[in-house]
Amino acid sequence: MESLDTKPARKPAEYRSDVTQIWCPGCGDYHVLMSFTRAFAALGLPPEEIVVVSGIGCSSRIPAYTNCYGFHGVHGRSLALAAGLKVTRPELTVVVASGDGDGYSIGGNHFLHACRRNIDMTYVVMDNRVYGMTKGQPSPTTEPDFDTALSPGGTGLRPFHPLVIALASGANFVARAFSGAPNETADILVEAIRHPGFSFVEILSPCVTFRPDEKEWKNLVHPAPVAPTSDPAKAARRIMTDDGFNIGILYRGDREPYQPAIGPARIDVSELEKDFEL
Amino acid sequence: MDQRHSIGVAIVGSGGAGALTAGNLLLEAASAAGWQGLLTRTVGPQIRGGEAAALLRLAIHPVACMPDAYDLLIGIDWLNAHRFGAEITVGPQSLVISDPRGGDLPPPMASAGARVVEVPIKDTAKGIPDGRPNMVALGIAGRLLGLDPDDLAALIAARLKDKSEAAIAASCAGIEAGYAAAADIAFDRPKPPKPASTKRWLISGNEAAALGAIRGGVRFAAAYPITPATDILEWLAPNLAKMGGVLLQAEDELAAVNMIIGASFGGTPALTATSGPGLSLMIEALGLATAAEIPIVVIDVMRGGPSTGIPTKSEQADLNLAVYGLHGDAPHLVLAPQSVGDCLFTTQWATYLAETLQTPAIVLSDQFIGQARAAIERPADLAFIGQRLEARDIAGAYQRYAVAAGGISPMALPGTRGGQYTADGLTHTPRGTPTSSAADHHVQLDKRRDKLEGFAYGDHWATIEGSGELAVITWGSLVGPVREAIARAAQDGIDVRLVAPRLLSLVQPARFAAALAGAKRALVVEQSHGAQFHRYLRAHYDLPGAVKVLSRPGPLPIGPDKIHRAIVEWRQ
Repeated sequence: MESLDTKPARKPAEYRSDVTQIWCPGCGDYHVLMSFTRAFAALGLPPEEIVVVSGIGCSSRIPAYTNCYGFHGVHGRSLALAAGLKVTRPELTVVVASGDGDGYSIGGNHFLHACRRNIDMTYVVMDNRVYGMTKGQPSPTTEPDFDTALSPGGTGLRPFHPLVIALASGANFVARAFSGAPNETADILVEAIRHPGFSFVEILSPCVTFRPDEKEWKNLVHPAPVAPTSDPAKAARRIMTDDGFNIGILYRGDREPYQPAIGPARIDVSELEKDFEL
Repeated sequence: MDQRHSIGVAIVGSGGAGALTAGNLLLEAASAAGWQGLLTRTVGPQIRGGEAAALLRLAIHPVACMPDAYDLLIGIDWLNAHRFGAEITVGPQSLVISDPRGGDLPPPMASAGARVVEVPIKDTAKGIPDGRPNMVALGIAGRLLGLDPDDLAALIAARLKDKSEAAIAASCAGIEAGYAAAADIAFDRPKPPKPASTKRWLISGNEAAALGAIRGGVRFAAAYPITPATDILEWLAPNLAKMGGVLLQAEDELAAVNMIIGASFGGTPALTATSGPGLSLMIEALGLATAAEIPIVVIDVMRGGPSTGIPTKSEQADLNLAVYGLHGDAPHLVLAPQSVGDCLFTTQWATYLAETLQTPAIVLSDQFIGQARAAIERPADLAFIGQRLEARDIAGAYQRYAVAAGGISPMALPGTRGGQYTADGLTHTPRGTPTSSAADHHVQLDKRRDKLEGFAYGDHWATIEGSGELAVITWGSLVGPVREAIARAAQDGIDVRLVAPRLLSLVQPARFAAALAGAKRALVVEQSHGAQFHRYLRAHYDLPGAVKVLSRPGPLPIGPDKIHRAIVEWRQ
């Protein structure tokens, strides 16, 4: 991998499009966009060699706000779409953007299998513990007593641990970031993109409209007290027992990324007919 | 083709008895001897412990459908044969070979008046070390068809080359014993053909579809297994790799269709194959591919539905889903192959059209032609290779969805400088930016309609034969039996025309009207309970004043005899 020094200096603004950003004032996703463009600039990647893929939801609006290639697909399927793209165009840098509803609920099965498949891409989930675009329903990471019109009195269900699920499923890099710290988040994204295989970055990104309590997150987050481990069991135990606000790279694995051989044909298409000739 | 010039053979056994293996070997040996033919199978849902039958029809001409009745029925045993008694018709001219220890011949077959000859198939096999009854049955069939026993032995040696010499010897001994057992059985059959002078292929519809896709340029496939489409994916896995492409196994059909959208967005022509339940799951993403103008090919090998239905047996009842399933106004391509060999053409053409028109194409095959194995002449090479209009050397502001003449706008692929855009399922502006403006919405709806409506699809859109005042209108795998019924009607002096659209969407009203010019009556033939094809025709086309519908659900095939009778009975 090339070092940062050999890449031409680029500015974050090169990665931002002129499309009007439609998020609520104060939304954490503005800062995530900022972290994206800072990370891309730091990596010195030409914008046309990056593809940002997303599903549906507030967070999934991010591709059009970048000046990269983008795909804003159907709800929950961004990882599958990105897999088909990356295995056929391995030279591209593929970043997938999602939210806790898109990524963990409707897209939950694809999350497991993307971790397991370990294709070289970076998966960013902006977790605000609520469906924002549909105005405030509980997601798989919402607390059990969060009272909504759809779940009066709360769901009574325990939120699950996406980072532990990622570890159990085979993700090769696991980190937690906070949108309110865009420089630190950009640093984590740089590491995630550089790390071979499937990198998973959960970004705590407050929904100020439907979860005003999350404005407090800025006072709760703190750097992870220990260096990242390469032992998934150790990483999982730490994540299961921490307060949920440890920020930083939590796990770095060394699994070989999945990339089948592609390239020019080894035979002429007419040779395939031989299977059928009598 | 006349029934008298062909020969129908059915080999029946309980699941695991090897009836299908015997049928495959028989077709291969017969093809090598110069016969053309078709082999289908009918199986129960279980892998083992169910029932299985290999159904063959051989002729010196191309074979496009199964016979109305079988001339030769061999029962390795009859333990579960009652489950498909209705699918295998025998008559007074038929010969039935029955093992006296193989159970009772099921009622419809027993009461058909066929000549029954008892042969102790199992006991004969037992007399051979490691002998297998299906090889004895194969020997009997080989003898009655006049195949050279040495050719069969050579075929066994080639097919079992990974097995031990003892296994090959046991199989050959079984065949030999079958020949001996059948030596004195009289059987009237057409003269064997001369060995073929032209190149022959032995291929299934599913294999033909897969080959057609690769010929059309497909280099990526996503796979989620489902009966009866899995063979397409299994054939593609190693062969795509040889072509420098790749097949990815998906976690479900939702992933499969989105994977191919991703690959195609990156510039690689891409395909997946499924059946009704899987197509249902893929429908949302097919709308995405329509809106974002991403070419993809989805093959639906139709089976009995709704829901899990009859996974192993054929039906033509996914037509509504394929044509109308997408929400919103989402014009896209739907094509249907008309024979085993045509699976190659239609899939290759579908790939070409999808790439050219930047839109999804659904290929509606079915279990019958998908899993039938045919001995056919080598299909002709085709010029249809996907040519996507790409945006290269972009100077100035790029508009992915610019409204161009013909509606097809150049597509920038990731990596192309200056072509950056976001493909979006949201209504978008020509540049690709999300919008909810009525005007933008209308412009892009028009664009996507115009590119499909304005395209010249050529004569491949339908099969049109004859000029009678009675037209039989059909589609897909029923074209074979309809064509045979029309040939028989011609012998009765009845002139009937055939109109069978291969392109089901976009519809072609002007060309359809021309195909029906002068027709006064129409007989619609289809295999669905709800007469979906008839309703589709009514929705889009003008039909003659007098219309009859011959429609029934799967899995019972609609044979040429039934269609012929419908034609004859409707004489004016």
